[in-house]
Amino acid sequence: MDAFLWAFRLAVLVVVVWGTIGTLRLGRYTSEQWLDFVVFGLAQGGIYALIALGYTMVYGILRMINFAHGEVFMSGAYTAYFVAAPLAASGFLNRHPLVSLLLVVVVAAATSTSVAVLVERVAYRPLRRAPRLVPLITAIGASFFLQYAFRGLYGSGFKAYPEFAVFRGEWQIAGVGILRTQAVVLVAAALFMFALYQVVMRTKVGRAMRAVSEDKDAAALMGIDVDRIIVLTFAIGGAAAGAAGVLYALVFKQVHFFMGFVPGIKAFTSAVLGGIGNIPGAMLGGLFLGVVESVGPALFLDGLGIVAPYQLKDVIAFTMLVMVLIFRPSGILGERLAAKKA
Amino acid sequence: MRPLRIPLVAGLAVLLAAGALIPAAPAATVGPVTDPIGVVRIARGQPLIIAYWLVVAGPDASLGIDSRRGIEIAIDDKGGRLLGHPIRLIGEDSGCNAEGGVTAATKLAANRQIVAAIGSSCSSEAVPGAPILWKAGIVTVSPSNTAPRLTDPNRGPDYDGYLRTAHNDLVQGRAAAQFVFHFLGLRRAATIHDGSPYAEGLANVFADVFKRLGGTITSQEAISPTDTDMRPVLTRIAAGRPQLIYYPIFIAAGGHITRQAKEVAGLEQVRLMSADGTFSPDFWKAAGEAAKGVYNSSPDLSVEALGPKYQEFLNKHQRKYGEKPLSAFHAHAYDAAMMIFAAIEKVAKKDAQGNTYIGRKALRDALYATRNFPGITGTLTCTPYGDCADPKIAVYQTISADPAKWNPGTDPKKLWSMKR
Repeated sequence: MDAFLWAFRLAVLVVVVWGTIGTLRLGRYTSEQWLDFVVFGLAQGGIYALIALGYTMVYGILRMINFAHGEVFMSGAYTAYFVAAPLAASGFLNRHPLVSLLLVVVVAAATSTSVAVLVERVAYRPLRRAPRLVPLITAIGASFFLQYAFRGLYGSGFKAYPEFAVFRGEWQIAGVGILRTQAVVLVAAALFMFALYQVVMRTKVGRAMRAVSEDKDAAALMGIDVDRIIVLTFAIGGAAAGAAGVLYALVFKQVHFFMGFVPGIKAFTSAVLGGIGNIPGAMLGGLFLGVVESVGPALFLDGLGIVAPYQLKDVIAFTMLVMVLIFRPSGILGERLAAKKA
Repeated sequence: MRPLRIPLVAGLAVLLAAGALIPAAPAATVGPVTDPIGVVRIARGQPLIIAYWLVVAGPDASLGIDSRRGIEIAIDDKGGRLLGHPIRLIGEDSGCNAEGGVTAATKLAANRQIVAAIGSSCSSEAVPGAPILWKAGIVTVSPSNTAPRLTDPNRGPDYDGYLRTAHNDLVQGRAAAQFVFHFLGLRRAATIHDGSPYAEGLANVFADVFKRLGGTITSQEAISPTDTDMRPVLTRIAAGRPQLIYYPIFIAAGGHITRQAKEVAGLEQVRLMSADGTFSPDFWKAAGEAAKGVYNSSPDLSVEALGPKYQEFLNKHQRKYGEKPLSAFHAHAYDAAMMIFAAIEKVAKKDAQGNTYIGRKALRDALYATRNFPGITGTLTCTPYGDCADPKIAVYQTISADPAKWNPGTDPKKLWSMKR
């Protein structure tokens, strides 16, 4: 069995190396185009990373996967559309773009936070002491509930976000052109992750979160309000998801009730890949997944002579995921577990 | 082993003999009608039920809603009654994907009172859905499926109950290629499809004809319908330096490609051409200003091509719904409904009490026997494999991309039509 696994790993590695060499030998893409692939992947990965932060924080503190998180992301983006559209129609949005963007982000984050906190209160808190499988099922139920609630509220069609003129075009950074929207996504993701890491590692509240993560009962004995810390965790994760929703809308424009499903699954995957419960890991996992989705089909499959490789984008991405997890089951930066459970 | 072999062989022989003795199920006889598939009995005073299975929810809802409106106007034109029965239209949303098609068809198949169905909207729904309906004896006429495989001679008996009033994409693909090669004078093109029977079929026909005309297809790419980030695949296309990208897909993914194509290095000047799947004001919403200049191959929806009957239809549509048609297949849906009504009138029989009986195979055969039927979209004649269309293809170009200004022929502006 072990020999088979090693043979399987070797086979995948051989295919990857063979495909890569074949592609580079074809010389189909210029170095600028390879750079474009990487930048596109990082931007997409930045969105996954922002959503992944919510998964990883909730897992870190409760050891459960909040499958409704993709819908928390959707609720913020979709609701904030109703702020962005009138601002655009009145002309305010392009006369005062930064104020408008701040307003849209605040509405999205507030909506997502409210939805996240409400879900925690109604669907998760009563099951705090239940066996681990039970909140998992409840999370899936909450996900479907939110999807169809928002479909009922806003309809089954899609809305298209207005365009911020200030974000049209690209900036030149060190001679490399990068789309403004994508630069904003990358910077926002990095800033948010950094800020979150500082909060968790350097503030009193963050210490309380780590204590609750370590042992809820012991933390309660030490005077920490466990319920409040858990709600705060959901709120922070929700705010990150709401911000991610607006960034997603800046880049892709279309929002609809089902938009959270695929990014949600990929963000969860990113969190696991980077090390579930590990904040920098979520960021790294998101970026990794984004880059593999973008670069992988061209780099690996072109050289193997496979036509239309981007239809296999998800196959490539999740194969790489499986390979990484086979080599390193706790993820790239390792799962952050309480010492006694490791 | 020897003792066991004899009873086994004997058992098999008995089973085979028994099978040979079981007669085929007798044809169903209800009232004055005998039919090998089944008979629908409509009691006097009860409604005659026609069902639709169209995409009426989600990003592509304009396609199904537009078709449903065509059916509703056809029912109005019959005075809401057929053979003395009120016509009742029921239906299911079919989602514009295979899963939605299966769900919608399964729900309709459970209703034994449905006489005939109109649908589906998207070919990906019909591939698994039409056989489900036909197993239940429900014949279905599609106003907007265009994938060649659905009416291909090799399609198999599962599709014997399927016909369409929409064109076959063998026609649209050829028309699109001719437009690009002859009218635009371009020689290098790339295609993108989303893996659906419609998109893949049409993109492939376009590529084949374009190459035969003397053009170069620089690449044929594929995405998934739910993809949002198109920049990597567009970068791959840019490596081949095409002059035009033909992407006959649906509204959500089409919107993403349209927005992102001009942002990719090497595609700043590329021309974009889509097809009937994105022929809708919703595509302009999805794509925004980037839709300006985009070409769409589509059925020719002009009074000069379709004649005065279409103008009458447009007037009724405006009075009833207060807006221009939302997509490309409303007239085809009207014709599908009228074809079904004519076939029902041809095969239905009444008993002394005024009840109506319709044989399912007889209805199917009458539909396939449609000859020179005067529809809005042209003169319809059905082939043995269900192609009934009198195809007229045109190419339109988006001018303003403002959904409020949607007015096919003017904006998007009709540039070219296929020669007969």
